[in-house]
Amino acid sequence: MNSLKKLLVATTAICSVTAGAFATDLEVTHWWTSGGEAAAVAEFAKAFNATGNNWVDGAIAGGGGVARPVIISRILGGDPMGATQLNHGRQAEELVEAGLMLDLTDIATEGGWRDIVNPTGLLDSCTVDGKIYCVPVNIHSWQWIWLSHKAFADAGVDVPSNWDEFTASADALVAAGKTPLAMGQQSWQSSGAFGVINVAIGGLDLWTKINVNKDAEAAAGPEMAKVFEAYGAARVLSEGSNVQDWNQATNMVITGEAGGQIMGDWAQGEFQVAGQTAGVDYTCLPGLGVNEIISTGGDAFYFPKNDDPEVTAAQKELAKLMISKPVQVAFNLKKGSLPVRGDIDMSTANDCMQKGLEILAAGNIMPDGNQVLSADTSGQIEDLMVEFWNDTSMTPAEAQAAYAAIIAEAD
Amino acid sequence: MAQSTRPNRLFRNLNAKIAALPMIATALVVFIGFTVWTIVHSFTKSKLLPKLDFVGFAQYERLWGTRRWLVSIENLAFYGISSLVFSLTIGFLLACLLDQKIRFENTFRTIILYPFALSFIVTGLVWQWILNPEFGVQNIVRSLGFSEFVFDPLYNADVVIFGILIAGLWQGTGFIMVIMLAGLRGIDQEIWKASRIDGIPSWKTYIFVVIPMMRPVFITALVLIAAGIVKVYDLVVAQTNGGPGNASEVPAKYVYDMMFKNQNLGQGFAASTVMLLSVLVILIPWAYLEFGGRKGDK
Repeated sequence: MNSLKKLLVATTAICSVTAGAFATDLEVTHWWTSGGEAAAVAEFAKAFNATGNNWVDGAIAGGGGVARPVIISRILGGDPMGATQLNHGRQAEELVEAGLMLDLTDIATEGGWRDIVNPTGLLDSCTVDGKIYCVPVNIHSWQWIWLSHKAFADAGVDVPSNWDEFTASADALVAAGKTPLAMGQQSWQSSGAFGVINVAIGGLDLWTKINVNKDAEAAAGPEMAKVFEAYGAARVLSEGSNVQDWNQATNMVITGEAGGQIMGDWAQGEFQVAGQTAGVDYTCLPGLGVNEIISTGGDAFYFPKNDDPEVTAAQKELAKLMISKPVQVAFNLKKGSLPVRGDIDMSTANDCMQKGLEILAAGNIMPDGNQVLSADTSGQIEDLMVEFWNDTSMTPAEAQAAYAAIIAEAD
Repeated sequence: MAQSTRPNRLFRNLNAKIAALPMIATALVVFIGFTVWTIVHSFTKSKLLPKLDFVGFAQYERLWGTRRWLVSIENLAFYGISSLVFSLTIGFLLACLLDQKIRFENTFRTIILYPFALSFIVTGLVWQWILNPEFGVQNIVRSLGFSEFVFDPLYNADVVIFGILIAGLWQGTGFIMVIMLAGLRGIDQEIWKASRIDGIPSWKTYIFVVIPMMRPVFITALVLIAAGIVKVYDLVVAQTNGGPGNASEVPAKYVYDMMFKNQNLGQGFAASTVMLLSVLVILIPWAYLEFGGRKGDK
């Protein structure tokens, strides 16, 4: 209940500017709390503590949807943390414009970030008016489905190699007492799965038209109707999956209780913690095996402005550290995400990460939903998708009409 | 009691009035000032930060066109009416039972009041576990041999609000009972004696004599329950987080999510203004009836 306490403190605080109790203590807030994530964030902490500073962990449980409001209200309320995780893109746009974030341009130029960050789009998302305000730390892509070998073996069918085969094998899974598709109840999960199905079934052009150009006609069109049909079919497959958090859903795949899960590549960390091997215990299919593409969203760290020069120095130290070669390798191997720099050796990465690295090298990339849609629009889509997913009386056509209305209003 | 030769009323009890000034100022700034500020900004298209960029009633139009808001209002109405009725009824009945000069009254009173010592967050989590089909009531009954037994209100959109209602009642009823009990103890024993001599059955005495005499106690209980209803938020967040889907959303959560998650202050302010209005619509006529018309009455 730590997060709720913080939230109360933050919302009631009346602009009291509090400097950290000790200059080199840096509180870092993030929402990495599952086993694999915690292991990854410990790599940052270890490297930072080795510099003589002190990493104060401010993990906020409950995922980005819960953590982001806490983080933002703390910054707005005048109680900034030393550093904080946020997703690239438009979430921090206004905070930067209001001058609440530390300008990192000097260390970015010094470290040559523009040359080493690959794809450069990640750094563009950190840039406002030519100045850099955040450190990208990893690339996360949503477009994966994770399949349990055990579940398919129990059901007596082969592990599918694409979405169509997966839906075709669903009956066998149900007959064997399995849930074909594991899905957590939180709204960002159903909304994320929708984005994945959208690109896999509808293709990138359609996705770009709707999400980047905000074309409401395309959103209401027949191409999109197919996407909604597929999404409606997926809803049927997930019946009986009552878990809340994404890692609980991943756990259903790990234990073979569920056939598969549509989830971003952060799920990989969970398989790793459970001691499973890609290709032997589980299979990952980028783009649902239909349309091999990955989005290049991810996590970045922002450093709220602080009056204390010692804190500022520590903040810059941490920023440099996060993008340095050894930390990037150590962090991303634990996290299951792709590194933000192309010049490091990732040969120790497993099967699934290698697939991702190949797709990245081939340039089959797309922007992440967070980079093109405002928090408001994403929130509305999340509300719609989670409602659709749980209210079986809502038809795909109704959902599509509501979706088109949201896109028409999007800014 | 009032004497007719008082000087200016303004200077009566001057010390007390000066002492109250800081509180008056706080009330003016916090309650009136911030409320006006919020209402003004609800007519703007403020995103993450407040800006005076007026858009008329656009935020309100969007609000009433949003399904999640309509569901929230419906849930609040249902939760509000049910929790009002059930809290008062169950609270009063429990108080009457305890008032029968039973043995171990203290023990029972403590047990029933105990949930009130827990926060809504703890209450929500406890009931989330109890109602969870995998390790709660359903699992226990199934392990007794009824393998087809289904009890998973928190996973069924149609009845999820009952699940929240149960938790809310469990937490709050004990407190209402204690207030009622105090009220019952305040009833003069002579009245009971008189009604017994007249041969009136005790249930009739309760309904026609005791309850009307306990009017102030009921008003207190009513205000306490009503305040709890409007601000219901933490219970829902802990128990279901609005799910499944949007089925257990409440207005306060909509306001919070709009302001901080969707980064759309204007929309959040519009929603909170509507909440304030609906409270006023109920409160003003009631306050007028209660305190306005009949001065000198209790």
